[in-house]
Amino acid sequence: MSRRSELKNQLAERYAFQLRLAAAALFVLVLFGILVARFSWLQVMQHARYQTLAEQNRISLVPIVPPRGIIYDRNGVILAHNFSAYTLEITPSKVGPLDDCINRLSKIIDITPKDRRRFKKLMEDTKDFESLPIKTRLNDVEVAKFAANSYQFPGVEVKARLFRQYPLGEVASHLIGYIGRINDADVQDLDDAGELPNYRGTDHIGKVGIEQSYEQELHGTTGFEEVEIDAGGRAIRTLKRTAPTPGKNLVLSVDIKLQQIAEDAFGDRKGALVAIDPKTGGVLAFVSKPGFDPNLFVDGIDPQSWNDLNTSPDKPLNNRALRGTYPPGSTFKPFMALGALEGGYRSANATINDTGAFSFGGHSFRDDKVGGHGIVDMYRSIVVSCDVYYYSLANVMGIDAISKFMGSMDFGSPTGIDINGEVGGVLPSQEWKRKRFRTPATQKWYAGETISIGIGQGYNAYTPLQMAHATATIANSGVMYHPHLVQFIVDGTNGARTQVEPKPEKILPWKQANVDVVKHAMEGVIKEGTGAKAFAGAQYTAAGKTGTAQVYSLKGGKYSESGTKAHLRDHAWFIAYAPAEDPKIALAVLVENGGWGAAAAAPIARQVLDYYLTGKQPTQAASEVESSDSD
Amino acid sequence: MIKEYFRRFIRPIDPWLLLFTFLVFLLSTIVLYSASNQDMDKISDKFTFLGVALCVMWVLASMPLQVLMRLALPMYVFGVLLLIAVALFGSSSHGAKRWLNIGVTKIQPSELMKMALPLMLAWYFHQFEAHLNWKHFISAALMIVLPVGLIMKQPDLGTSLLIAAAGFYVLFFAGLSWKLIGVMVMAGGGLAYVVTHWPLCIHILREYQCQRVATMLDPMQDPLGAGYHIIQGTIAIGSGGMFGKGWLNGTQTHLDFIPERTTDFIFAVFGEEFGLAGNIVLVLLYLMLIGRGLTIANNASTLFGRLLAGSLTLTFFTYAFVNMGMVSGILPVVGVPLPLVSYGGTSMVSLMAAFGILMSVGKDRKLMKV
Repeated sequence: MSRRSELKNQLAERYAFQLRLAAAALFVLVLFGILVARFSWLQVMQHARYQTLAEQNRISLVPIVPPRGIIYDRNGVILAHNFSAYTLEITPSKVGPLDDCINRLSKIIDITPKDRRRFKKLMEDTKDFESLPIKTRLNDVEVAKFAANSYQFPGVEVKARLFRQYPLGEVASHLIGYIGRINDADVQDLDDAGELPNYRGTDHIGKVGIEQSYEQELHGTTGFEEVEIDAGGRAIRTLKRTAPTPGKNLVLSVDIKLQQIAEDAFGDRKGALVAIDPKTGGVLAFVSKPGFDPNLFVDGIDPQSWNDLNTSPDKPLNNRALRGTYPPGSTFKPFMALGALEGGYRSANATINDTGAFSFGGHSFRDDKVGGHGIVDMYRSIVVSCDVYYYSLANVMGIDAISKFMGSMDFGSPTGIDINGEVGGVLPSQEWKRKRFRTPATQKWYAGETISIGIGQGYNAYTPLQMAHATATIANSGVMYHPHLVQFIVDGTNGARTQVEPKPEKILPWKQANVDVVKHAMEGVIKEGTGAKAFAGAQYTAAGKTGTAQVYSLKGGKYSESGTKAHLRDHAWFIAYAPAEDPKIALAVLVENGGWGAAAAAPIARQVLDYYLTGKQPTQAASEVESSDSD
Repeated sequence: MIKEYFRRFIRPIDPWLLLFTFLVFLLSTIVLYSASNQDMDKISDKFTFLGVALCVMWVLASMPLQVLMRLALPMYVFGVLLLIAVALFGSSSHGAKRWLNIGVTKIQPSELMKMALPLMLAWYFHQFEAHLNWKHFISAALMIVLPVGLIMKQPDLGTSLLIAAAGFYVLFFAGLSWKLIGVMVMAGGGLAYVVTHWPLCIHILREYQCQRVATMLDPMQDPLGAGYHIIQGTIAIGSGGMFGKGWLNGTQTHLDFIPERTTDFIFAVFGEEFGLAGNIVLVLLYLMLIGRGLTIANNASTLFGRLLAGSLTLTFFTYAFVNMGMVSGILPVVGVPLPLVSYGGTSMVSLMAAFGILMSVGKDRKLMKV
């Protein structure tokens, strides 16, 4: 190409580009023109309308908070409800010096130091222009006194509000949970879920338990009112009103009387109990001891009480049934036995000779009973809780077969109960150990470790909920239901009940004959074994298994309860279902540092089963019931 | 001697761009003072941002255009790699994966792409200046689709559309066929139609995006939720009238009705307090800036410079248009700040960086003349 035509070409290109620039300029002018036209429309043509709107805007939309759904137990007993009360509220940004204002207020209405502390705590979590309660539940005299003096207190007002109340206090606190004031993290979550607009005007949200996991159902839909307001801020008339939709009511599968008996049975001891209807997965009782009073949280907990709850060595806020993991001890044995039968590792009739210890790799694994139980078959191994039988069984099965079988019953994984925060626990396996530890030496699974797995010790760690779930599965011969706490969701406006349909999670392909062997042996525990003393004179047949889980290994010497520090004492377990021929309830009891399962845990189970099956009320605390002293 | 030094120092600066920028900045400071309830910390922050932004601008303005050309490819590749990294192990917030956690801080690679894509495309077309054909346009379109697709997946519809627009502008200035542009405009219109019709919409966009469009068409559908911004923004602007309620007198502003009033919705404050007159002044200032940018594009000596300057200028326009459009209720609410006015460092610095590049293009021509 000649230099000349190249130049020409460049000129042509230049020209084409300038054409494009002109088009771009036109594009810009047209679009800006549209904008200016829009501004003119808004600011000139529609100015009057928007000016009025801006005036009205000063207060136009007032949200109407829906009443929160009520929580009932299976028999219609109210566990959580709302009541209306007057509260004295301060909007910090409107009152000037805050302390001065509160001091002046306290001359009219009694304001305790606790009220002050709680108010300060609330202020940390909220914005200054929000109105916050300094004192709740005013009586008529207080309301009248304030009304007479209200002119002195701009920014302070008495409001009628709905309050959440838990009439039974500590009972079932861990399962019901509580509501608390919406904090920044809640706002973020609501915003992410697109739920924030529906929470305009709402100060509270479910924090734990049913209150949290069924928040959506309980909350309802916020309504709003368009109110015309004069310059002084007084509402003149309502222009339009969209009614709120009240939250849905919940009917739990829990029997609160049973729950109360179970909680009382624990006395001062720590622990957990979960009782399940094996035919539906409906939870009948869900105990974590000690509990706490959820009413403390409703108006904003004061820092002192919060600190007490948090620093208590008994950890009352810890939901042991849902989140506490413990080795199951001997309650693991029926499951081991079933696994052995199902996998063909050992027949029910095969016997071993228990001489008091099992030797493996130069190490001696001892039995609880000095000298051993002698000749033991599968039935006896469960009835007398023979350790040596299960040492040798675990050795035969190997860790992979054990963890595969136990995994099929949800051991080591969450059961899927309908409250948040459930933990999985630990079902040990070669793979688990590889992931859990860092160095190759610690990652390796040693055959010796399998031995203690067989009696529910070692790395085994499960929640009481999992144990109850697995017991229910045995009771139901392998048909598993997800445990659930809510039975019906009831529409408060029309009373329509939606059942939380019990669907089998899965059906385990067990041979009925194998299940029957284990069930028969668990009945034997109650009739003639380690549970016999606790269940003497029962009017129904029951099946169960005691367990005592070591908190730490003893180096020589026999375990003695009095000689061991309280927090190192063994955990007592008991699992059971009844009636044996047609199970209506399955449960697991754990008494933290309670010592022998037969002595500490089985009497609690007895009282719960007695009440549930015969309506018999306990006459003395389970802790005082005399019982067998061996596992 | 000192005079000579000073002259050399300011030589890369384009006085017109700088002047209009300062005027917009002045207006924005006045508005921010009101919008932030006289928060002097925010005002001083804003000056800090300006200082940093001016330095960035000066550095880029002094940089020879050849250096920018050499940076184009690596910047683009780096940007795409970062976007892939975000898709693989980005950190989520509000349900979107947009950030890359690099220990000390979180970075948003889509910001880098705003600059890198026009650079890359301008450089690419520049390579084939004499014999551009349709194949080059196809490759260029692919270069746009790759990062835009990645950003759309985050999901960040607003940013991905803006970056797509920046890329499209380069194609446009490089001579994309008018017919094709016509087809694309019609396709865009078709898409807009689909988006505004609910049942079809949810298959293509995420639900919240549909919600936004539907809300724009009828804000009263959801007056407390998604419609709230639009309703309050238009009320503020509309109630401003011809000359506004006056500085510091906006009731919408000062009674807390306008959300994000120092950032994305600052224009509502502007419209309320300064009225139509104020809005027109602001639009005119933007128009001056855009006019100056297009002039620089026109005078640029190389195709690279022309394409880059043209694209950056139109992108700047797009930001201004989209923000004012969304606040006044003719476009859906997407998180785009009002250029040079909204409070925020990142936006200020990246805009001034773009001006720095424009100045570098302008200076290039001066050097040629001498």
